[in-house]
Amino acid sequence: MTHTIEAEGLTLSYGSTKALDGVDLTVPAGTVLGVLGPNGAGKTTAVRVLSTLLRPDAGHARVAGFDVRTQPQEVRRRIGLTGQYASVDEDLTGAQNVAMIGRLLGMSRAAAKARAAELLAGFSLSDAADRSAKTYSGGMRRRLDLAASLVGRPQVLFLDEPTTGLDPRSRTEVWDVIRRLVADGTSVLLTTQYLEEADELADDIVVFDTGRVVAHGTSDELKHRTGAQTLTVRPRDRADTATVLAVLEQVAGTAPALDGHGTASVPVRSEAALGTVLDLLTTQGVGLSELAVRLPSLDEVFLALTGHATQSDNEKEVAA
Amino acid sequence: MTTATRPAPRFDVPEISSAPKLPALQQALTLAWRNVVKIRHQPEALMDVSLQPIIFTVLFVFVFGGAIAGDWHDYLTYLVPGILVQTLMFATGGIGVALNNDITKGVFDRFRSLPIARSAPLVGAVLADVVRFVTAIAVLLAFTALLGFRTTEGLPAAALAVLTAIGFAMCLSWVFVWIGLTVRSAGAVQGIGFLATFPLTFGSTALVSADTLPGWLQAFTRNNPVTHVIDTVRGLMLGGPVAGPLAWTVGWSLLLLAVFVPLAMRAYRRRV
Repeated sequence: MTHTIEAEGLTLSYGSTKALDGVDLTVPAGTVLGVLGPNGAGKTTAVRVLSTLLRPDAGHARVAGFDVRTQPQEVRRRIGLTGQYASVDEDLTGAQNVAMIGRLLGMSRAAAKARAAELLAGFSLSDAADRSAKTYSGGMRRRLDLAASLVGRPQVLFLDEPTTGLDPRSRTEVWDVIRRLVADGTSVLLTTQYLEEADELADDIVVFDTGRVVAHGTSDELKHRTGAQTLTVRPRDRADTATVLAVLEQVAGTAPALDGHGTASVPVRSEAALGTVLDLLTTQGVGLSELAVRLPSLDEVFLALTGHATQSDNEKEVAA
Repeated sequence: MTTATRPAPRFDVPEISSAPKLPALQQALTLAWRNVVKIRHQPEALMDVSLQPIIFTVLFVFVFGGAIAGDWHDYLTYLVPGILVQTLMFATGGIGVALNNDITKGVFDRFRSLPIARSAPLVGAVLADVVRFVTAIAVLLAFTALLGFRTTEGLPAAALAVLTAIGFAMCLSWVFVWIGLTVRSAGAVQGIGFLATFPLTFGSTALVSADTLPGWLQAFTRNNPVTHVIDTVRGLMLGGPVAGPLAWTVGWSLLLLAVFVPLAMRAYRRRV
């Protein structure tokens, strides 16, 4: 089995709204697929279909080798799900939350307790294990939620916006946890509105917009696909700035921009421009302190792919 | 770091017994345990069922008792079985609100993504409510004992009365499970719950004998399942016919289960 998740033509409508409009995606075993898109793009619906919470109107999907529609219980035995809103039980302690899942999965009371202690230790929650989850910070809740979804040692983990609403430090903590899981062989499908998050964690990225996959590739491929890269040059001696600007204009065919630090930048079509610029400046005896081709940010990519900007309005997301 | 999050090799799926019946029961009990732990962390969740029987007893016995029975003490004896069942009727409504909240908060998403019986979260919630029922009855019987209420048919019969009432309440709970899963907001669940419970409770023999009612209301009251439950409890605690009302009670209970368990399960599967 090469693909842990394979979905083809998934379609699902709520009334007249097409939440999923023919989604195809694959996640090779042991990799992370980042599903990127704004609110309402269908990311959560896709996760809910793949984790057997929703039945698709059309299309089919196999997770860990089993059909989500006809063998949901087999799928459920192999997946972990961490929903968008941390679904921990606030009135239970951290340890009780995790142990309860163990009991539901058929572990003995002792085994469930042991597994809970082990997982909580792994998520640096041992000290808070016997406190009610109500007292946990946002980051602790997410980690508890993750711990709870790992009790059954899932092969496939679905993370629906795992860091939405977290502060930067908690976000980094959650990222570390996810990296460790992937290093240990878990396949992950994660949805995010944070382009940076997909860039950090995902091997492959699919971009969702209005229920469809509008782009698919690695982070670098997506950046390449949307064209312009930026060539930046900073001469060691500011006196050479005029020469640099002239060379850049000659190579790129457009007037370069110059920032306050003496760095000139110009959009170029290919990396080959780098060599040409370097040759020309070297022959003219210009010493350089910086020369680079920078790919566009994923934000720019998203704008180029969907024709509209991402929406990073977290307040709205949390309230929804 | 630690080794805690290291998943086992692929396909090492935890051993989950596939025997059809016992795991489902264990899962339901685990989820019932969850609800009971929640009550322990939040004892005020039992406030309604602990105070309600006292308030209603005081209200009916001392406000209406003299007018209805001439003597409040006689009325207390008539009333206790009625208040007992009435309190359970009101206590069952809470389950719909609780389930609605759990679903809105996403807690059930986790359960639905686990390889457990579909029915487990619902059965667990119904089982956990027994704690509320027992609390309500214990408070009522202790309080009315202080006022001088005594059963006349012995302890085993009184225990059977309590079991019958709780059994009926557990069957009735499925109506509210269904409502809780069907209606969108918790507030609406509560409203509909009251609409359903009030006529059934007050249009029964809980407070007054059916003989005093106008004909059309008598017809309703005599066929009201709540009346059958109250008459059973009254018979078992204070003497009087038991077999007839008990048979009706069991019949109604089974009917409620037969209709509302499938409806609730279907609503649960459909609820997004």
